[in-house]
Amino acid sequence: MTINLLEPAKAALLIFVAAILQVTIFNEIDILGGYPDVVLLTLVAIALLRGSIYGAACGFFAGLLVDTATLATLGVTSLLLTIAGYWIGRYGETTGRDRLHAPFVSVAVATVLVQIGALILHYMLGDEVSARTVLVGALPAKVGLNLLLTLPVYALTRRVLALASPPETATEVRLLGQ
Amino acid sequence: MLLSLVLITIYFREPASGGLHGVQSTGATVLRPFEVAANRVASPFRDAYGWFSGLIHAKDENADLRAKLDKVTAQVIQNSTAAAENADLKRQLHYIHSPDFPEDFAPITAEVIGRPPSEFNQQVTIAAGSGNGIRVDQAVVTADGLVGKVSKVTGHQAQVMLLTDPSMKVAALDLDAQAAGLVGHGQGPGTLTLDRVKKSAVVNPGDSIVTQGFKLGPLSSIYPANIQIGYVSGASLSEVDLFWQVQLSPRVHFDSLRSVIVLVRKKPGR
Repeated sequence: MTINLLEPAKAALLIFVAAILQVTIFNEIDILGGYPDVVLLTLVAIALLRGSIYGAACGFFAGLLVDTATLATLGVTSLLLTIAGYWIGRYGETTGRDRLHAPFVSVAVATVLVQIGALILHYMLGDEVSARTVLVGALPAKVGLNLLLTLPVYALTRRVLALASPPETATEVRLLGQ
Repeated sequence: MLLSLVLITIYFREPASGGLHGVQSTGATVLRPFEVAANRVASPFRDAYGWFSGLIHAKDENADLRAKLDKVTAQVIQNSTAAAENADLKRQLHYIHSPDFPEDFAPITAEVIGRPPSEFNQQVTIAAGSGNGIRVDQAVVTADGLVGKVSKVTGHQAQVMLLTDPSMKVAALDLDAQAAGLVGHGQGPGTLTLDRVKKSAVVNPGDSIVTQGFKLGPLSSIYPANIQIGYVSGASLSEVDLFWQVQLSPRVHFDSLRSVIVLVRKKPGR
């Protein structure tokens, strides 16, 4: 049995680049109170294309990188992104993968749920957070910006993971024996 | 998921010198060159954006600054005379004072290399750490004014908690009204408020707010006195309020910090 290490390495590289760009550049882009989350976008793309196990593993790795680079509490971002990656992966495995709207739906839902999850987690850890700032001030702009970047990030991830063309689908039904 | 929960629990419970903090410190050191490289690559684009966005407001800003310059020029002459007189009187009285800013502090300039998600953490990561002499609770400034304080330190990186963080409070002074208060985060992003200013004070829009740098028995502020914080953008008072409701416009642009200066005391314990 041979284990293909190239694909996990490609996914890890994508997550690494996204995390570095997020903490150095994208967190600074403040448009209407929000900023794009390329780590989440890359994670959603990987999870949709590769499934729940990849999604969960990449989510954990991405969270660990972000928390390490920003000296934040280790595990907080990992927990949120692991859950997000797993559930988006499950959606991809079951119904979502071949649907055109799947990346957009996944990004919108994941952005909202991760933001709410982060708010609850920070509150439970005793951080002073304003629900109004997080949910009213930043969330709508963040969802909009993430949706704008969904297509390019998804296409790039697909290309890097060597899935330039969509998986083959049945175009007609042919009865056996005819 | 379980691993994440274990990480949170251990990290939250262990001291800053704990094993997981050490691992994080090593990881941050490994990631540092990549962050610095990404910042360098993005720098020309940021500068270009800043240049074009600056042009939009340049004309209005120019007229405003010229008016301020005329006012400040007159003040500088008065202030330099008063400062010379003050220094002379202090010498004659053998006056013992708290550390002066900036004379009694050694500045360590560091590049800002990382920003956590802004709604939850009003902090930035800088490319200098304990190896450069940086310690927790040192004041951090820019040429514009107070930025915040050092909240976490690793070997080659440090985390700076910004003034806009909900947990930050700084003892401050309204220079014009000579009224003391506490500066904290405001309602909107990037805004500040001045609390605990007594009703008897006369606070006006445009008043300059600086750090108070108090010393009360064994307690002393970690911020040296007279560092610019901002100016009063609005103040209101109702009959039922015990204190002024003062909104501040910070002098520092927290969203576009490129580098900061960490103030290290030259003579500790003075």
